[in-house]
Amino acid sequence: MDITQDEYQDEYPEKEQKATGKAAPEKTVKARYGIQEAATRLQTRRAAKQRMIFFFFRGAAIINGLALFIIVFFMVKNGISAISWEFLTQVPRSSMTQGGILPCIIGTLYLSVGAILVALPIGVASAIYLNEYARPGKVIRIIRLGINNLAGVPSVVFGLFGLAFFVIYLKMGVSILAGALTLAAMSLPVIIGATEEALKSVPDTYREASLGLGATKWQTIYRVVVPAALPGILTGSILGISRAAGETAPIMFTAAVFYTPKLPDSIFDEIMALPYHIYVLATAGTDIEATRPLQYGTALVLIALVLGMNLIAIVWRSRLRKKLK
Amino acid sequence: MTGNRRKKAEKTMKSLFFIIATASVAVLGMIMIFLFMEGLPIFKEVSVKNFLFGKYWYPTSDPPDFGIFPLIIASISVTGVSAVMAIPLGVMTAVYLAELASKRVAEIVKPMVELLAALPSVVIGFFGMVVVAPFLQDIFDMPTGLNLFNASLMLAFMSIPTICSISEDAIYSVPNALREGSLALGATQWETIIRVVLPASISGISTAVILGMSRAIGETMVVLMVAGGAAMIPGSIFDPVRPMPASIAAEMAEAPFRGEHYYALFATGIVLFLFTLFFNVIADFISNRYRQVGEASL
Repeated sequence: MDITQDEYQDEYPEKEQKATGKAAPEKTVKARYGIQEAATRLQTRRAAKQRMIFFFFRGAAIINGLALFIIVFFMVKNGISAISWEFLTQVPRSSMTQGGILPCIIGTLYLSVGAILVALPIGVASAIYLNEYARPGKVIRIIRLGINNLAGVPSVVFGLFGLAFFVIYLKMGVSILAGALTLAAMSLPVIIGATEEALKSVPDTYREASLGLGATKWQTIYRVVVPAALPGILTGSILGISRAAGETAPIMFTAAVFYTPKLPDSIFDEIMALPYHIYVLATAGTDIEATRPLQYGTALVLIALVLGMNLIAIVWRSRLRKKLK
Repeated sequence: MTGNRRKKAEKTMKSLFFIIATASVAVLGMIMIFLFMEGLPIFKEVSVKNFLFGKYWYPTSDPPDFGIFPLIIASISVTGVSAVMAIPLGVMTAVYLAELASKRVAEIVKPMVELLAALPSVVIGFFGMVVVAPFLQDIFDMPTGLNLFNASLMLAFMSIPTICSISEDAIYSVPNALREGSLALGATQWETIIRVVLPASISGISTAVILGMSRAIGETMVVLMVAGGAAMIPGSIFDPVRPMPASIAAEMAEAPFRGEHYYALFATGIVLFLFTLFFNVIADFISNRYRQVGEASL
């Protein structure tokens, strides 16, 4: 299209390009060219408009990338100096103004792994029911509505629920167990969604072949469908772990404490955690300005942990998709 | 004989899976039960009307005031302002990814949006506190950089990934025949997008926007760290505010167990929960009622 415009502009001088689209369709040669001119000009305008608008669209995408880059950049720039072997392997000292964050790292690992241990079996089984067994109907509508709404519950409300149910009603106290269970409830929809996607990507011919050989539905599921969907399920659970690791509000009332000198030795112990540690140091620490490097350092460790897990999951998943194609 | 046993085993498995599948509904139910159990007692002290529309939130003074109207207004305004930023950015990025970007570019941009979603909220809150707030304070000469605008900005970048990825799915599932028809009639690519593709995917995009806003209104750490924390009705977008999640998170630790303040915070949780429930039910309704069915949706 661009080429024809240029050709026209080369062939006809300025004067004739002033014709508008409203020109009467006279049979003279000149007028006919005028109409064509107008059409081309209109096309040029439309093309220019499109170029400008698409420029903004590209800009929007760039802003997103930039936001990610800027946040990570500031955390790395200000946090990298705090990172040392000592920082990663020692307990906090002098009211958390010195020393390391080992208890926080361990706490976050316990909480997120604990959450996934509970949420993974339940989530996978739910997804298997929804995708393999269920027939469309009212029951399914209700279960799906439940999952969608559970996914939308604010994290602080999960915290309230964990406090009222696990900590108080079930008398678990502020503990790893209560925090992990709260996080498990929160990551359930993530796992169900990822597992369903994985199950859907298993071709129906697999199921038909297995059933055709005389296998029962359950045999088909655990011998054929689940193994085929396993990589997808695992990526989903990595995403689930990373999400649980980064959450603060659900563990504020259920598991995390400002400071505990000892490392946990049972699931009924309270615990320190990376996200909560950042929050505490940044808003309520003994000397907020002096501990800035520690705050940046902790944030950097958390980001590295979470984004690292996500990157692994994303790369793994895109490889998987390519393989399936 | 074995056939019967197999059938029985099959039935058992099916019902077992069904029971597990109801876990999500059960958890949701439990959340509601416990919120109401711990939240409703406050209404023995304060009427529902005074609680929702009372203008003063002084839970620790004597006598205490439990009016969460400033908190509700703060939540709504923070969400509204963030939506103004997040909707255009999110939808435009989605259009760019689904319609314009080459495969190679899309393969780089998409993971970026996903990673943006993966950033822990406490890190974004921390960033808003230590980087954006001083910056705003310097540039606009404000008394504090921790305010409604800053919180909205941070929230916008938390809801963009939600808006973007769901919109992209919706745009992606518009049948190609529609695009080809429009282009064949002489429309430019932009005209095709704005007149054909977006109208055909509007239900999915609306769902995306609602879910994004639902995420923003429930987000806790960002508003806790960045919004400024003043329980007042804001006069401008540069005033500090205290949205509902911030109030719950900040005060729960100090509230005496099963005292009035404790109940009031749970009741605030109920209000917050109902807000997000409302958003989600609407989103669910739209995506079911106006299901995209290809050409028929035009």
